[in-house]
Amino acid sequence: MAGVQVANVSRSFGAHKALDDVSIDFADGGFYALLGPSGSGKTTLLRQIAGFDFPDSGRIAIGGESVERVPVEKRRIGMVFQNYALFPNMSVADNVAFGLSVRGEAKATIAAEVQRALDLVQLGKLGARKPHQLSGGQRQRVALARAIVTKPRVLLLDEPLGALDKALRVDMQIELKRIQREIGITTIFVTHDQEEALTMSDRIGILRDGRLVQEGPPEEIYDRPQSEFAATFLGDANIFRGNATGNGILLADGTTIAAAVGDRLVPGAKASCAVRPERIQISTGVVKPDTGNANSLKGQVSKRIFAGNNSTYFVDRDGQTLKVIVQNTGAERLAEGEPVVLSWSPDSTVLIAA
Amino acid sequence: MATTRILEWLGRFYIVLLLGFLYLPIIIMAAMSFNASPFYQLPFEWTTDWYASLWQNDQLIAATWNSIEIAVITTIISTVLGAMASLALYRYEFRGKKVLQALLFPPIAIPWLITGTAMLIFFFGIGIGRGLVAILLGHVALALPYVIVVVSARLQTFAPELEEAARSLGANQWQVTMRITLPWIMPGVIAGGLFAFAVSFDQFVVSYFLSTPGQTTLPVEIYAAIRKGFTPEINAVSTIIIVVSMALMLLTARFFKFGGEK
Repeated sequence: MAGVQVANVSRSFGAHKALDDVSIDFADGGFYALLGPSGSGKTTLLRQIAGFDFPDSGRIAIGGESVERVPVEKRRIGMVFQNYALFPNMSVADNVAFGLSVRGEAKATIAAEVQRALDLVQLGKLGARKPHQLSGGQRQRVALARAIVTKPRVLLLDEPLGALDKALRVDMQIELKRIQREIGITTIFVTHDQEEALTMSDRIGILRDGRLVQEGPPEEIYDRPQSEFAATFLGDANIFRGNATGNGILLADGTTIAAAVGDRLVPGAKASCAVRPERIQISTGVVKPDTGNANSLKGQVSKRIFAGNNSTYFVDRDGQTLKVIVQNTGAERLAEGEPVVLSWSPDSTVLIAA
Repeated sequence: MATTRILEWLGRFYIVLLLGFLYLPIIIMAAMSFNASPFYQLPFEWTTDWYASLWQNDQLIAATWNSIEIAVITTIISTVLGAMASLALYRYEFRGKKVLQALLFPPIAIPWLITGTAMLIFFFGIGIGRGLVAILLGHVALALPYVIVVVSARLQTFAPELEEAARSLGANQWQVTMRITLPWIMPGVIAGGLFAFAVSFDQFVVSYFLSTPGQTTLPVEIYAAIRKGFTPEINAVSTIIIVVSMALMLLTARFFKFGGEK
């Protein structure tokens, strides 16, 4: 097992810069999500780490060993593909055995290792089946068993759960995490699903247009996004744009929003504030001064979406629609069209340089 | 409904007509190979004399063996070369690839008469001349485009991630090709091989140009025999060939389930 270092990696396809000076350190044994919209370069980065494609410049190391010019078959990685890429002409057991067999391992060793890997993904009895006789979730497990049976130094997953339906996806998330913990392998996981990234990974790297936007533990990125993009791509956020004051921003209409999180900025500079929808309180009356909710705005409910455990209110305010999520505590629900006051704490407000 | 019934009957009638169109001449020929009269006269009188005398016809037998040999070698060479060419065209981008691909099709459409003339002139020019070697070279050239077209069509259904998955598991290019790609394109390779065999074994025009009296193939020999005077021996040899080739086709179809394999 080994960590992976990506240092100043760039890769262009013609005039398109797919990766632009990306550096990330993937710690040994960690579970890392590369998150970004399509075309952000996350898959390109994964393919550089796998060795399907080589960077134009920069360095990639696995376990301290430079590999940026080593082809994939010599990198000792395991990879799970988006559509599993199971070999259709082989049985499940032969699929899993493939990596050991091309290495010329003894038949008995292969059989034992394959059984162990299939047991690990709870498919111990299905070795004789053909891939087309399996369900989507089972194929996923076979692909995973095939990728880890060779004891790779790093496990790469390219949107592995994208083809599964929602319930199965949640099961597989838990399962994948369990297996990863059990074998302790460094795992790099490409996804465009922010929820998946949040729930599964130790660290997240957000990519956009070939650049690394922000990188860190999920909680840190969620609580302290460093850009509007990071704030809105990982979770939902209400964004206010204005000019920086000493401890917040001043909106165009003269409202001040106090922010206690994020960088201090030079007063007057263009800046924005991000507030998570669940951090905002919504009420029909006046806000009590002792709640610590120094920020308050007036608005009007334009829409309410009831989702059982919570409700989302869309509140119109001066041409902007703000989103507020309220837990279902049994309290009275607000009607559409009702005038409301929104309030929240500066501790829930992140100041972001524009 | 009455109309559906009529349509159903029309459909059946059409199929009978089609099969009759395809097989009636062959069935008559096969029947006549067992008929005693050398002039196709009825009533039918059972005999296997023609098969016996065929056994004595050294020229026809030699030509048959030539045809089989050339067809088998043509099949092997053009299938291997064609499959490799298809893989190269599938995997790699190189200068002139589009031109090369475009140039693969015209030989299928160029009349064999013209190809045959061109080959005759060319082989004389470079000193190969006529004979079995020239016929073999000519057949390979004729068969190659068919193999490439058929195998390439099969490759279009191949998922390139399968090769990537195999490589990620440590397989080198050779292992990837032999264990992943080749098994997938095998039905295409077999079909291409059948085409190659048929192109060679049925070949008359090009073979006619390139054969010499001692070195000739079955179709050319049959043509020469008919010109000298028709004998039911020709029916007999043709019937044997039809039975053997149909058996081969049915076997292949059964083993490889064309198009139906998943």
